[in-house]
Amino acid sequence: MATFPFELVSPERLVYSGTVSEVVVPGTEGEFGVLAGHAPFVSTLKPGILTIKGDGAPRKLFVRGGFAEANPQGLTVLAETAIPLADLRAENLAQMIKDAEEDVEDAKDETTRNRRLVFLEQVKSAAAAVEADARTTH
Amino acid sequence: MASLKDLRNRIASVKATQKITKAMQMVAAAKLRRAQQAAEAARPYAQRMESVLGNIATAVAPGPDVPALLTGTGKDETHLLLVLTAERGLCGAFNSSIVRIARERALVLMNQGKTVKFYCVGRKGYEPLRRLFPKQIVKLVELRANKGVTFADAQAIAHDLGDMFAAGEFDVATQFFSRFQSVISQVPTAQQLIPATFPEQPAAAATGASAVYDYEPGEAEILADLLPRNLAVQIFKSLLENGASEQGARMSAMDNATRNAGEMIKKQTLTYNRTRQAMITKELIEIISGAEAL
Repeated sequence: MATFPFELVSPERLVYSGTVSEVVVPGTEGEFGVLAGHAPFVSTLKPGILTIKGDGAPRKLFVRGGFAEANPQGLTVLAETAIPLADLRAENLAQMIKDAEEDVEDAKDETTRNRRLVFLEQVKSAAAAVEADARTTH
Repeated sequence: MASLKDLRNRIASVKATQKITKAMQMVAAAKLRRAQQAAEAARPYAQRMESVLGNIATAVAPGPDVPALLTGTGKDETHLLLVLTAERGLCGAFNSSIVRIARERALVLMNQGKTVKFYCVGRKGYEPLRRLFPKQIVKLVELRANKGVTFADAQAIAHDLGDMFAAGEFDVATQFFSRFQSVISQVPTAQQLIPATFPEQPAAAATGASAVYDYEPGEAEILADLLPRNLAVQIFKSLLENGASEQGARMSAMDNATRNAGEMIKKQTLTYNRTRQAMITKELIEIISGAEAL
């Protein structure tokens, strides 16, 4: 299977760098898989699970906020948060949901409120996905 | 003429100070390595962010959909100066050089009849600015309690700036920090944050790479999502550069201090030995002349 270079970067460090065969990215308008030779493409991320498939078992990470850029040179994902699923605790997710709920409460006008509501839904579905994943792997 | 005891005390006190400065120098050296690593680790993110945003910003057509963070409010009446400094002193001219360029910019703007506001991060910038412009400081953020800067700190500041900008409290925001060049050279730098500016990208423009990208969702939505993030990234980058610069400046300042203390000890020891010798000679003369008189 053809491979391509992939980088996952968070503001604090380079989380992953290497050649992979497929990456599944949680895009704002739906998850999408990237294979070698993907068309040049930029998409923002929603909170969710990013799966890296290469040699060995697929690696899963929880990502939040940022964007993915695919070009002929490979794929780069910039995420504000990138935590391997194994290190992610249920409390972290609960905290995230709580923060998002508070943000909705604090919203001053209708548009921000709607935007934050959408974000809250995304966080909730991401948390559900993470839990589902934990059940299948253990 | 100082007595022998005075001299001994003075030497002891300089030696104690030298030990402190030497310890501080070594601590700064260790912290510098960590700060430098952090600054380097953050670089790829900031660069990628800039290049992608630059691409989109040139591709998107100016219009009402374009966020104000990119185009500005169309005025330039109220300026916000974001002054990033350290929480602690004893690091040479590090803090004062940042404050100096911020102050110079403020005076130029005020002479042009603009309103100037300050947003201080770090006590050492706040204190001198409070004396000069007591009424213009909108906010002080202290990062003293935190061990090292995290992205969350930068995000909080960026969030604040975004809210203030949305409320129309300022038109232009500029940040002042110290760019880390090497241990002995830190360059105080001003960078405009809002409206966002991007470095020219001749490579991307020449190959036409920016034209063929597919955007999901649309360009304007991506911009609206990424610009606030970019603000946080830029502030985070400056905070990290500042961290490395601070440790570098402290290291060279403490190196100087240690060397000066060494010189002082040498001089004092010489005086001490001379005085001691002179006293012994004097006592001998007294004894001999006493014996002769008998």
